[in-house]
Amino acid sequence: MANEVVDHGRRRFLTATTSVVGGIGIVAAAVPFIKSWEPSARAKAAGAPVTQSLAKIEAGQMLTVSWRSLPVFVLNRTKAQLATLPMVDSRLVDPKSDGVSADQQPKYAQNEARSIKPEWLVVIGICTHLGCVPDFVPEIKPEPFDPDWKGGFYCPCHKSRYDLAGRVYAGVPAPKNLPVPPYHFIDDSTIQIGVDPKEAG
Amino acid sequence: MANVFTSIGEWVNERAPGMMPMYRKHMTEYYAPKNFNLWYYFGSLALLVLVNQIVTGIFLTMNYNPSAAGAFASVEYIMRDVEWGWLIRYMHSTGASLFFVVVFLHMFRGIMYGSYKKPRELVWLLGMLIFLVLMAEAFMGYVLPWGNMSFWGAKVIISLFGTIPVIGGDLVEWIMGDFLPADATLNRFFALHVVALPIVLLLLVVLHLAALHEVGSNNPDGVEIKKGPKGNRWDALKPADGIPFHPYYTVKDLVGVGFFLLIAAFIIFFAPTFGGWFLEHDNFIPANNLATPSHIKPVWYFTPFYAIVRMIPSFLGSAVWGVLAMFGAIAVLFALPWFDRGKVKSIRYRGTGFKVALGLFVLSFIALGAVGAGITAEVIPAWFGDVDVTFWENLFGRVMTAIYFGFFAFLWAYTYFGWEKTKPVPERVTTHD
Amino acid sequence: MKRYIFPVALAFALVVGSVPVQASEGGLPHAGTDVQNQASLQRGAKLFFNYCVGCHSLKYMRYERIASDLGLTEQDVMQNLNFTGAKFGETVVSHMPEADAAKWFGKAPPDLSLEVRAKGADWVYAYLNSFYLDPSRPVGWNNTVFPNASMPFPLWELQGLQTAVMTEAKPGEDAKVEKLVLSQPGKLTPAQYQQASRDLTTFLEYASEPAALQRHHYGVWVLLFLAFFTFLAAMLKKEYWKDVH
Repeated sequence: MANEVVDHGRRRFLTATTSVVGGIGIVAAAVPFIKSWEPSARAKAAGAPVTQSLAKIEAGQMLTVSWRSLPVFVLNRTKAQLATLPMVDSRLVDPKSDGVSADQQPKYAQNEARSIKPEWLVVIGICTHLGCVPDFVPEIKPEPFDPDWKGGFYCPCHKSRYDLAGRVYAGVPAPKNLPVPPYHFIDDSTIQIGVDPKEAG
Repeated sequence: MANVFTSIGEWVNERAPGMMPMYRKHMTEYYAPKNFNLWYYFGSLALLVLVNQIVTGIFLTMNYNPSAAGAFASVEYIMRDVEWGWLIRYMHSTGASLFFVVVFLHMFRGIMYGSYKKPRELVWLLGMLIFLVLMAEAFMGYVLPWGNMSFWGAKVIISLFGTIPVIGGDLVEWIMGDFLPADATLNRFFALHVVALPIVLLLLVVLHLAALHEVGSNNPDGVEIKKGPKGNRWDALKPADGIPFHPYYTVKDLVGVGFFLLIAAFIIFFAPTFGGWFLEHDNFIPANNLATPSHIKPVWYFTPFYAIVRMIPSFLGSAVWGVLAMFGAIAVLFALPWFDRGKVKSIRYRGTGFKVALGLFVLSFIALGAVGAGITAEVIPAWFGDVDVTFWENLFGRVMTAIYFGFFAFLWAYTYFGWEKTKPVPERVTTHD
Repeated sequence: MKRYIFPVALAFALVVGSVPVQASEGGLPHAGTDVQNQASLQRGAKLFFNYCVGCHSLKYMRYERIASDLGLTEQDVMQNLNFTGAKFGETVVSHMPEADAAKWFGKAPPDLSLEVRAKGADWVYAYLNSFYLDPSRPVGWNNTVFPNASMPFPLWELQGLQTAVMTEAKPGEDAKVEKLVLSQPGKLTPAQYQQASRDLTTFLEYASEPAALQRHHYGVWVLLFLAFFTFLAAMLKKEYWKDVH
């Protein structure tokens, strides 16, 4: 016991420094473990942009494309269908997509038709309520769920309704319009889903 | 700030009054001898590696696919596609090998300083159980990547049970759930490796520590500090040569942890296969039930025991003798406290015979490892030219096996008949600095 | 404290020292590969995709990963290396149908994703340098490192044609290959070809473990950090243990 007098200041300083450096080490060591939960290279490759030819989708028809394992609806709207859009404005939550649904589409699709080219609607077919895939109900005729139906999407899970631009009706559980994924036209009859027109150059 | 912590502490204390006494019993008021040396780091390091294996293992299971068709590819998926998966896998594979390094050194320490002797026999027995379960755990983990060495290692080790007379053949099929190591084998090994055996290991570790803290730690002098004078600067009734585990040994072990992590990190980042010792070349080839690797051998930590199997020839039409000898090599370690009748614990005060015998024992263990790893098969022709390699290798291996078992026989006779000339054991522990 | 410096240093030296001792095996010439050498990796990748991918896959290796690790753009890889029409994020899979390959060569060409990890860089390098003409073999080629290999030698136009000088057959023993001689030079000089085969081996070594690049990158910092932590812990221990001594 050569040194009876304990230097408490030095002891506290060394304890604190070692604890802090050790703590930094533990936090740094935790980073790889946390990061290992991010989408792997395989998941990213499976989520790579999808190129889809539009040549075989006739007017009024819809095709479901898988992008990042999500169903993407690609709908070729007729003139008549496009004409229904303004007619339902008053019954929608956010007809201009600039309120609660402002983030549901890229800027280039923030318009009445919610699309780059009016006839081509591209939306992710996942109900904004609890994630079901809505049915495509295009005919303009009275439906059990809506006597004044102008065509659109109807979610079988909790009866949420969307019009032919994926805009949500008021009075249903779903809060927001169907999201529009980033996409662009490679040429007149081919789109690529997952890449903005800007990124594509 | 300090107030908040105090009040939280009080809140917990009121509701769990047993926690603080337990903390004191095992940390601040566990009085360990003050003369621990380098050899006493390996216990806490083993605990550190166990934690590493559990944490990295949990994260590996998140991406591993326990099926014969998908296991190999899922390991490569972890190595390439999962972010930082390579690090997690290397931490696990390097940890497995370092676990054995640390445990072997920890056991050697126990033998050297007589830590298995009265009153610590139970600590030793629990430790040996840990070692046994650890070997099973390591073996099953080694099978999971489903490389060609995994497959053939599994086949050979499971076949050991086939040497048991009468029931052997059925037993092997029962263990594999098939006629070769297959999907069923992989699935049950996975379940045992990630769920069953870790639980058993953790339980045994808790018991090992509890048993140790009941009787107190041994030390390099083999002096019972509880029997020595009382009174130290922390407590008038506690052993004079004891110091509180926390903070003195926690900070000391922290230094050991630092050095250990330096070595471990060097291996993980710069030599993860460790030249084919920790991750073997042939295990980067997918399992192939039609082609045995030309140099089939177990991972390094099993090689001494594997060599013993090889050194014992078949007899009376049965191969069971080698397997018995291998399990016997572990069984004699269990019985060590009863082989050794000597009263003096530490090598520092034991007779020359013990020192020489222990040296030979370690030598035989390493030599058997070299035989099992195939080093002798390469070295003998390189050093001695055109000789009968099998003959000389078997002779060498058998001599080493004899020395291995001879250590225990010698130790019994040496102490039972009173041949050992011990030195006087000091009253108090000694310190050098 | 000082008593421990020697054993700890010894332990560390043993760990560090035992690595290279194990690394070279089988008395093969040293391949001299360096996966940190990006130029070598790029040349090796070019060789692989021009001469090997017709038969051999790298089924665990993604084009995208090759691009980012080798410092190439998506365009470089997709136009100059990817001839199979695979997507950028997909793995390198040869177009050769396995069944046909098995018919042509006796067995399907192996996937090379882990070739260097399984055989060692020295072996692959030696293999690429040890092909010789052997009319007795079905495809006309043989190899001294891997006798009776079923692979024809695709790099012959670079290396040229090697033939074997045989030892004289002793009674009861077949003639052995004594050495290989270049009987017809290829497009590259012997030194150039050795470099080319080294580049190819380097690329395969990288493909065996792409994480090697990250390992080396982070390893130094981890060691420095741990050394600093250990130093602090040692200071702390010394401070507390003043009570004991």
